[in-house]
Amino acid sequence: MVPTLLGRIQTRIFLLATVGVVITALLVPILPGLDGPLSQNYRTAYLVLAAVAVLGVGWEFVYHFLMQFRWEKDWPTVFGLVTLVPEGLLLFLLLRSGAIGIIDPAPPASAFWTLFIVVWIGVWLTANGPMRVPFIRWRFRGGRLL
Amino acid sequence: MVAQAGIPMHDIPFVTIGGGIGSFVTVDYLRIYGVPTSQMRVLSNIDTPWQTYEFLTRCSQIPRPERIRSDSSSRPDNIWGFPSYALEEAWREKNLKYLIQVGFLEPIFDDYWTPRAGTVFRNLEREAKRIGYWDMLIKGQVRMVRKRVGGGYFTVMNPPDGTSPTKRVVFRSRFVHIAVGYPGLKYLPDLQEFRQKYGDFTHVVNAYEPHEHVYEFLKTRPGTVVVRGGGIVASRVLQRLFDDREKFNLQTQVIHIFRTFVTGSHGPHIWMRRKGGDGWAYQGFNYPKSVWGGQLKAEMRKLEGEARRQKYKDMGGTNTPKRRRWQEQMKAGRAGGYYHPFQGVVERVEPTSDGKLVSHVRSNDGTIRQPVSDFIIDCTGLEADIAEHRLFADLLQYSGAYRNPVGRLEVERHFEVKGTASGNGALYASGSATLGGYFPGVDTFLGLQVAAQEIADDLAKRGFCRKMGPLRSTAQWFKWAFNKPV
Repeated sequence: MVPTLLGRIQTRIFLLATVGVVITALLVPILPGLDGPLSQNYRTAYLVLAAVAVLGVGWEFVYHFLMQFRWEKDWPTVFGLVTLVPEGLLLFLLLRSGAIGIIDPAPPASAFWTLFIVVWIGVWLTANGPMRVPFIRWRFRGGRLL
Repeated sequence: MVAQAGIPMHDIPFVTIGGGIGSFVTVDYLRIYGVPTSQMRVLSNIDTPWQTYEFLTRCSQIPRPERIRSDSSSRPDNIWGFPSYALEEAWREKNLKYLIQVGFLEPIFDDYWTPRAGTVFRNLEREAKRIGYWDMLIKGQVRMVRKRVGGGYFTVMNPPDGTSPTKRVVFRSRFVHIAVGYPGLKYLPDLQEFRQKYGDFTHVVNAYEPHEHVYEFLKTRPGTVVVRGGGIVASRVLQRLFDDREKFNLQTQVIHIFRTFVTGSHGPHIWMRRKGGDGWAYQGFNYPKSVWGGQLKAEMRKLEGEARRQKYKDMGGTNTPKRRRWQEQMKAGRAGGYYHPFQGVVERVEPTSDGKLVSHVRSNDGTIRQPVSDFIIDCTGLEADIAEHRLFADLLQYSGAYRNPVGRLEVERHFEVKGTASGNGALYASGSATLGGYFPGVDTFLGLQVAAQEIADDLAKRGFCRKMGPLRSTAQWFKWAFNKPV
């Protein structure tokens, strides 16, 4: 799928809300470095997921801008994977600095990165294949679902 | 009147004319959307949907094991594009490298991964059997499509000799789809003139015609070939010449004439600049990738008239992929003094007294060259005007169809031919004839599928079939995966 700006944003939100939510549900009980009640851990994990979605909308504007320098106005598959590095780092630093007040205390690094990377890869793999099975018009609309 | 004339008439709600990959992907969509074979007919003069495509690719030096220029997830046999060809070939050939190339390396660290021609044809055959393609195929030459007074259309066809008691048969249908491919090849004027004047069709050849004799000749004695054109076919022909040179230790000299010689990145501004060099403009596929679903598709969909024509011009121009193997071969050829690329316009071609060809070439800087060669291979791939095809000529003249800003058939966003509506019927067209419309990548695998989807969704709106949602799509995908009938 070669995205448009609106398509990027819709796909991100949709996949985090589906694939992301399911992976998080399965992963939280076995995340390393977490103590405290499971309900508290779930709350933190889903808030982190929500933060990925909200900050991600901003990131998509950045990616869309960078894409303009490409003649083909495409976004190679691998870009969708490596962008996890800047996005993960920014979110991690924001959590550490206490800038996201509703996620307090911030999850430990091991739990954060495990969850973040597994969800990211799950979303990336889905977007690069299986997503096209139920949604036959999605790839021809730059990733728009609506 | 038709009946009175004794011409047999068949009632069939949907006919598609052409029987190539454009017709195939359209009936594939409709079969998957739930239309039974009894409601559709494919009118064609070829036996399999890939017949013409395979002929052209083989002539232009892509036999079945070689790779075509097409994206991994552009699968005309699979409307979902999943699993991609890369996934399938990786599985079949037990080669994980394909997945690494398609997922991590292309197009930055490696060439685009592209499928083997054979993979495409094998899968088309499987899908054609699955959807009952041959139950719908009727052989013959379609002569014209005309509006019917009561709505819908008449399609007039000549069946093959001896297969029908009459010379013509007529199909009465509510919907007609035309996907007849390229109207024809057009030769460079100077080469056309040479062929006509000297009656020589052996030494001046078009790359899309069978021209194996050129390569066979070069195996028997040292020779010189002039290659003309700066597109993918020129790249392919060069590869064949260089491969043979290496494999059979030949001394072939290659003179390569570019009408437009690209020396570097080119384009109007920083947000619209294509890479190039050594004569070529470089691009992975035959359109910038976002025409099939991204930004360029979205932009073009809104443009009319002059703005649309300009957009086509901005993204157009002959180009070829910058494949590593080709770059190495050309580099070796330049260093070894047997590959000579230059800019020039050929004014005329003449035979020499010893049976060779002399090209009179004028470069933009005023230099005149007169290279002598044994053969000239025209790789420019010019296409004839749509009116060269009698079906389009007839539509333009009698049925209200008209031309788009780049001179081909103007179609709606859903590929209905503008001006040809007839009662509750609709006439659609897809493929090369519709280039210049709201959707640019029409003459490509994925472009034909984009068109087929638009057409199928439009037909669903008109009540011919049900629109397909996520659940039915998923269920149908499983049928595809297990090769079960739709």
